[in-house]
Amino acid sequence: MEGVEDASNPMMEEMYVNGIGGVDEAPSSSTSTTTRKNRPIISGEQLDIEAYAGLYTGRTKIMRLIFIADHCDNPGMQLEALRMAYDEIKKGENTQLFREVVQKMDGRSGPNYSMDATWCSMVDRKAEQRKEKLENELNAYRTNLIKESIRMGYNDFGDFYYSHGALGDAFKSFIRTRDYCTTSKHIIQMCLSAILVSIEMGQFTHVTSYVSKAEQTPEALDPPTVAKLRCAAGLAHLEAKKYKLAARKFLEVGPELGNLYSEVIAPQDVATYGGLCALASFDRTELKNKVIDNINFRNFLELVPEVRELINDFYSSHYASCLEYLGNLKSNLMLDIHLHDHVETLYDQIRNKALIQYTHPFVSVDMRMMADAFKTSVAGLEKELEALITDNQIQARIDSHNKILYARHADQRNATFQRVLQTGNEFDRDVRAMLLRANLLKHDYNLRASRKL
Amino acid sequence: MSSVEGLVTQIQGRSSTASDVLLLQNLLKQADDSLHSESTREACTAGPVTKEQASSFVLIIARFISSCVAEQIRLAPDKFMSVCKRFKDQVLLLEEPLRGVAPMLTAIRKLQSSTEHLTTLHPEFLLLCLLAKCYKTGLSILEEDIFDVDQPRDLFLYCYYGGMICIGQKHFLKALELLHNVVTAPMSTINAIAVEAYKKYILVSLIHPGQFSTSLPKYASSVGQRNLKNLCLPYIELANSYGNGKIADLETYVQANKEKFETDNNLGLVKQVVSSMYKRNIQRLTQTYLTLSLQDIANTVQLNSPKEAEMHVLQMIQDGEIYATINQKDGMVRFLEDPEQYKSCEMIERIDSSIQRLMTLSKKLTIMDELMSCEPLYLAKAGRERQRLDFDDFDTVPQRFNI
Repeated sequence: MEGVEDASNPMMEEMYVNGIGGVDEAPSSSTSTTTRKNRPIISGEQLDIEAYAGLYTGRTKIMRLIFIADHCDNPGMQLEALRMAYDEIKKGENTQLFREVVQKMDGRSGPNYSMDATWCSMVDRKAEQRKEKLENELNAYRTNLIKESIRMGYNDFGDFYYSHGALGDAFKSFIRTRDYCTTSKHIIQMCLSAILVSIEMGQFTHVTSYVSKAEQTPEALDPPTVAKLRCAAGLAHLEAKKYKLAARKFLEVGPELGNLYSEVIAPQDVATYGGLCALASFDRTELKNKVIDNINFRNFLELVPEVRELINDFYSSHYASCLEYLGNLKSNLMLDIHLHDHVETLYDQIRNKALIQYTHPFVSVDMRMMADAFKTSVAGLEKELEALITDNQIQARIDSHNKILYARHADQRNATFQRVLQTGNEFDRDVRAMLLRANLLKHDYNLRASRKL
Repeated sequence: MSSVEGLVTQIQGRSSTASDVLLLQNLLKQADDSLHSESTREACTAGPVTKEQASSFVLIIARFISSCVAEQIRLAPDKFMSVCKRFKDQVLLLEEPLRGVAPMLTAIRKLQSSTEHLTTLHPEFLLLCLLAKCYKTGLSILEEDIFDVDQPRDLFLYCYYGGMICIGQKHFLKALELLHNVVTAPMSTINAIAVEAYKKYILVSLIHPGQFSTSLPKYASSVGQRNLKNLCLPYIELANSYGNGKIADLETYVQANKEKFETDNNLGLVKQVVSSMYKRNIQRLTQTYLTLSLQDIANTVQLNSPKEAEMHVLQMIQDGEIYATINQKDGMVRFLEDPEQYKSCEMIERIDSSIQRLMTLSKKLTIMDELMSCEPLYLAKAGRERQRLDFDDFDTVPQRFNI
């Protein structure tokens, strides 16, 4: 493995453009040894934490670093992540997270990274003062009934709570500005703030509702905002496991996103999420039209060349290499805060799609060759195919003796006859039962009526 | 008896002239009544009858039933029914239910106004059949469709016993239908027959179609929907573990609850459920495989050895449940498609007769609908509820029923 750590450099905010040559292929075949400034961050190699963290700003940076520290096995990586989180928190005002990170570190990183109680108390005191000041100002504005100032006051409150980690209060404050919004720009601002806080809180239902609210004021929407809203919507769909909708949203994000939304998502993420969800849920035509031929999305895919390669491999039926790329990416994707729950499902869906696509054009398939193509054993392949057949995703039958898969097309004529006879029987049975029940009811009713009379 | 003979001579004497026909009718009625009163008197006064008396009593009644005239019987159905009930009791007392089967059958035929009519005697008859173990005669009665019912209670018993007979004859589909009728019949309070029927219903639906849904259809009575499930919990559990597909779990569950099943006399059925699970699993294999080794079948279906698998498959082929050939040399089973091509004359006849049957049935349905919409009670209720209900449905009800 080449020196991944050497690629750390101060120019993190740039988008990484695809380098020359060897980066496209799987790491094992990559021959270049020179460290390049422009190395893709999300790749099959071990995650470069500094580079990764450089893609984000604000609270999400800290949360992602903590997530990586919690979920990776490598203690070196863990400590590095925690250290970076520590530094980042110190620049802000969130003492709650600070305490959490210090506890996780447990003094392993040396004296520079220990509990700084003085800093904590200082920040808390300043917070108290600022809160009082904000409250007084807000009350003053409220008595004066100046809409714009009240709105600004609530916004300031929202920002204050957000930076101190009180997400629920921040959300409420931002929502309160709704009554004092006068222009559509205000509304957009409110929606964006609400979306940001909801994503941090993990409440994606709010995200969807505020995205639709923002999209209802088209006059104030400029392209970057549109892109931001689409990203947020895509994230919400991803969390709700609606992979097709998520893919569509991510694919519609325009290149003007840049890194304007670094408090939430990086363009690499857009590419990865969009690419994987599309692969798992789109059929071939949609995949070609919306992903491979999509010029806008191509810019995003350049940032994660492995994802681009695996999509192309899938489309051109090179399943072995496609699955290999997927396998390599897996460990890094498991460290992603939004994707890690869905990696398994998406991978299973992609694999099933590959199997189905492989068998689709053939009348008979030699299972030994198929097992080679998918780098698995014949017995394992047989089990997978059995599951797909039972699920009615492949119309075929397995000849277990000769290990061949035969396509089977249902005989429409026989099936129709069978269904006709069955429907006739059911009708017969149901109508007879119904007449009987009607008779019983009539009896019962007569009995009751005669008793009443 | 002498009065009867006298009557007979009088009748014979008067049959010649036309004007005496009226007189004749009265006399016949008298004869009929006296015959009846005699027998009922005898039946009522019978009380606690000893065994010797019982057998002679049984003989007399049997002869009476076979010689009585149908129309006369229908004029006084209650008395006739009580006579027959006593008859049944006596037969059971003698512990010779077989003697009662044939007379009861004739009795039913004579009492019925049509083959679609269910009398109180039907369940008695079926009970005798069950006890006498002559299921085939019982089946002949069950073949007829029932539409007209005197007493709901008769229906419950009839369907329950009928279901049991069909289970005994392994006509699971018909049994399912009968038990379904009991379970979904309108009832205002839960009754024990329905509960027992529901238990058997669950078991039979696991044996035959192999699936069971715990929710009763919407047309089942609300009382039934709420309470039936709670009263049959062990069976619902059994159905759930059947649905999971693991034979070992199913067997452990059966072992654990053996006493409960035994007290309900359902243990035999439960054992059949367990064996049907193997069949279900093998059938599923026919959907995915063209050929499969016996060893693999044994593994998938959780049998102990390929030999057992072979036995099961052989049994299923013989019963016509799957189409396959066994290759013993390779130890392989080759699954074939259903050879029915739907091109033969028999098939055409079958479809044709089915169509005819269904046409008569839907005609019947239309007639019943028309009758119902003229019924004054129904119109009164619909008129009253007109505001509450959908306008379109009740537009045909005349306005004068609005109160």
